[in-house]
Amino acid sequence: MHLVNYIVDRRLNSRNKSTVNRQRFLRRYKEQIKKAVDEAVTKRSITDLERGEQITIPSRDVSEPVFGHGRGGVRDAIHPGNREFIPGDTIKRPKSGGGGAGGGDASDSGEGMDDFVFQITQEEFLDFMFNDLELPNLVKKQLAGTDAFKFVRAGFTDVGIPAKLNIIRTMRAAHARRVALSGKSRRCLKQLECQYQEMLADPEQDAEEMDKILLEIEALTKKVRSVPFLDDFDLKFNLHVQEPLPSSKAVMFCVMDVSGSMDQATKEMAKRFFILLYLFLRRNYEKTELVFIRHHTSAKEVDEEEFFYSRETGGTIVSSALKLTKEIIDDRYPIADWNIYVAQASDGDNWNDDSPLCKQILVNQLLPLMSYFSYIEITPRSHQALWREYEKIVPLYPENFALRQIETVSDIYPVFRELFQRKEA
Amino acid sequence: MRKKYISDSAEWTFELIEKYDGKIGEVAEEFELDTYPNQIEIIRSEQMMDAYASVGMPLGYNHWSYGKHFLNVESSYKRGAMGLAYEIVINSNPCISYLMEENTMTMQALVIAHAAYGHNSFFKGNYLFKAWTDAGSIIDYLLFAKNYIAKCEERHSVEEVELILDSCHALMNYGVDRYRRPYPVSIEKERAAQLEREEFTQQQVNALWRTIPTSAEEENADQEENFPPDPQENILYFIEKNAPNLESWQREIVRIVRKIAQYFYPQRQTQVMNEGWATFWHYTLLNELYDRGLVTDGFMMEFLQSHTGVIYQPPFDSPHYSGINVYTLGFSLMQDIRRICENPTEEDRQWFPDFAGANWLETLHFAMKNFKDESFILQFLSPKVIRDLKLFDVLDDFNRDEVEISAIHNENGYRTIRELLAAQYNLSFKEPDIQVHKVNIKGDRSLLLRHQKRNGIPLMDSADEVLRHLHRLWHFDVHLESVEDGNLTDTIHCPPTEEKDGAKSEAPLFPGVF
Repeated sequence: MHLVNYIVDRRLNSRNKSTVNRQRFLRRYKEQIKKAVDEAVTKRSITDLERGEQITIPSRDVSEPVFGHGRGGVRDAIHPGNREFIPGDTIKRPKSGGGGAGGGDASDSGEGMDDFVFQITQEEFLDFMFNDLELPNLVKKQLAGTDAFKFVRAGFTDVGIPAKLNIIRTMRAAHARRVALSGKSRRCLKQLECQYQEMLADPEQDAEEMDKILLEIEALTKKVRSVPFLDDFDLKFNLHVQEPLPSSKAVMFCVMDVSGSMDQATKEMAKRFFILLYLFLRRNYEKTELVFIRHHTSAKEVDEEEFFYSRETGGTIVSSALKLTKEIIDDRYPIADWNIYVAQASDGDNWNDDSPLCKQILVNQLLPLMSYFSYIEITPRSHQALWREYEKIVPLYPENFALRQIETVSDIYPVFRELFQRKEA
Repeated sequence: MRKKYISDSAEWTFELIEKYDGKIGEVAEEFELDTYPNQIEIIRSEQMMDAYASVGMPLGYNHWSYGKHFLNVESSYKRGAMGLAYEIVINSNPCISYLMEENTMTMQALVIAHAAYGHNSFFKGNYLFKAWTDAGSIIDYLLFAKNYIAKCEERHSVEEVELILDSCHALMNYGVDRYRRPYPVSIEKERAAQLEREEFTQQQVNALWRTIPTSAEEENADQEENFPPDPQENILYFIEKNAPNLESWQREIVRIVRKIAQYFYPQRQTQVMNEGWATFWHYTLLNELYDRGLVTDGFMMEFLQSHTGVIYQPPFDSPHYSGINVYTLGFSLMQDIRRICENPTEEDRQWFPDFAGANWLETLHFAMKNFKDESFILQFLSPKVIRDLKLFDVLDDFNRDEVEISAIHNENGYRTIRELLAAQYNLSFKEPDIQVHKVNIKGDRSLLLRHQKRNGIPLMDSADEVLRHLHRLWHFDVHLESVEDGNLTDTIHCPPTEEKDGAKSEAPLFPGVF
């Protein structure tokens, strides 16, 4: 007898059976992973934030303890592949795993201090990176125009286009109408027809009576037929209404000083800050646009490449950049549609007479339009006029203005976190 | 002879798999392979990783350690450090084997022969599996366990359940009964029994831990009573039945973990035999197909290349060496039994008078049915295999700086090597012998474990961590004594006792031991 065997195609079954377990693992080692991610953020080059990360945790931390034999004592182990040994030979004890490879025992004895290495996805990487962060004053604005609405269902209506015809509702209405208008006649008709059949079977019935019934049947049939199967007012249509969508667009202005005093290392640091902010915005808005404004004595809107990599020399007038920002906002980013973020990076140098002007532009023109303005000063030196002017703004706009100082690369991430620390509601 | 190949392309289709399965099944029947019905499932490599990560359970409860396992498999697979096992087979009825979509037809045929007929018949025939596992009810039980644990997580939080599972996993290897036979039950019965247990066990435990004093004489009478009366090797079972403060759902989880440990226990004892048997049969069955002109030369070339890879044994000094390859050892042993039966030499007649020259198929089936790794090696490892594999013994005495070669593949060494290799596969040597020795019922309720130390081999450092897990389950002090030849050599306490306590009580008694 040959047994019945089944061959089953399981390829379409879910492939992520391990997802839950994987997440539990990540949750359990949250602290270690977070630390690894923090280090990676500091070390990685900027273009590099778009991928996952290899996380390394010491094996000891993730090992599951069991009772097992430790090193020591007297033991035998059989190994294959003897070539030149004869009984009585002595050899130096191999370093790893007592007694040769200990018959495979050494590998799972937990004494091998190999690291546990695994990969997290970019999504997970960013999640860990942005953990606990939330953009300040995430203003959801309503947007004019068709794009800003979505259609939601809102019951049924009697008027509409054929494409939105709701067949079930329509047929139900028609049925109800037919029952209401012809129900009684149908009932009578049925009764009369029975009666007529009985009379036919009975030869003693008089013909006159039968004719009368026939006439009545005819009249009723006509009446029933005159009720249409489907009438205009049976038609029901699905109703959709427009609901406004919250604004999901953000624009981020990167403003950077590229005057002679800003060296490449300083720019690199600023770059990291911008990238972090950009990644964060991109995750929180459906659409995020970037505007790069660089300035020395005059400001200019440039593309990303030029922004980060070309060099200029000369003095510094910060207000030029702020003016340009204002112009671009007025020109292209109506505040009704856009959440506006500005991140300014500088080494603190500014033409002294210009700093009060900067403050004025910010307070009077820019900050009222803005979701958030952050200023980072990348310098190990003491602050200059610009910083001191900006400091005066803080009490005026405590919610959407912040300034911080950065000295080394490793300061960036903590500062970034501090800037966007989840605000208690 | 006119060739009538089943197929001659590398591509597989469902019809072809069915055809190959039919042919392999026919041949297997001629060789008297008795199997459960087969359920062959085609899956993708990601699913294989999932299956791999759940340590061969087709449905497992959720636990972070499986996630760890998965990440490990995934990262080494992506690094290319490891090919996926191209087959996983589950000891169930019907016997489920997984085939990977990416494989060629040849590989699928190889896996069918190996898993669906080799392993399958081993599961059905070997005495350990017969006695300890019930292929018919395992899927039901795993489903019950998964649902039960999920329900506990809902009710008592994932964290709470995880704590219990962590502790149980630490003691999993000590959750097996070596002598008593468990009863197979269906899922409905299991659920009903579980409810009953919940009440009953609690009563039992309460009786044991009753604190209301009985009359004076009674108390005196059982003052000296030893509990448990005999040492208990199944620590998890002991916990499930006697831990004073566990809630009933926690007891049930302990039970689930030890049940699953029990289910895998025979597999852990028969690795060499099981893989040897399956490898022997894929080799024999596919060669048979070739001899009958059913498969092409190309098929055989691909098959042999893969087969050779499976049974490759790197020598001890190779960077790839990680112990003896169970496929190699098992396959060599099985092939050798056939050789001894078919073409015995003088040496074979001397070593194996019982079956040299006997019917090879009968002898093989007999061996498969009635042995486990340890006894199998002790019984069937021949001088020829020892010579072929060039086995040698390394004696490692930790008190000396050098290790010594104590036996090699020569006339004087055969028996030593055979005994030592067999011992190497004896689980009770492989794992430290630790048993529940005594519970201080009347006093502080502390639990005393005793470790029978052998050859001065101490416990691994993680022992105190395991003890912490045990403490979590037991709730009261836990002590572990290591004893060798009646002498106490080490003790571990959880929670750790004060330094001076240990110094006072133990050091004077056993000076110089520490």
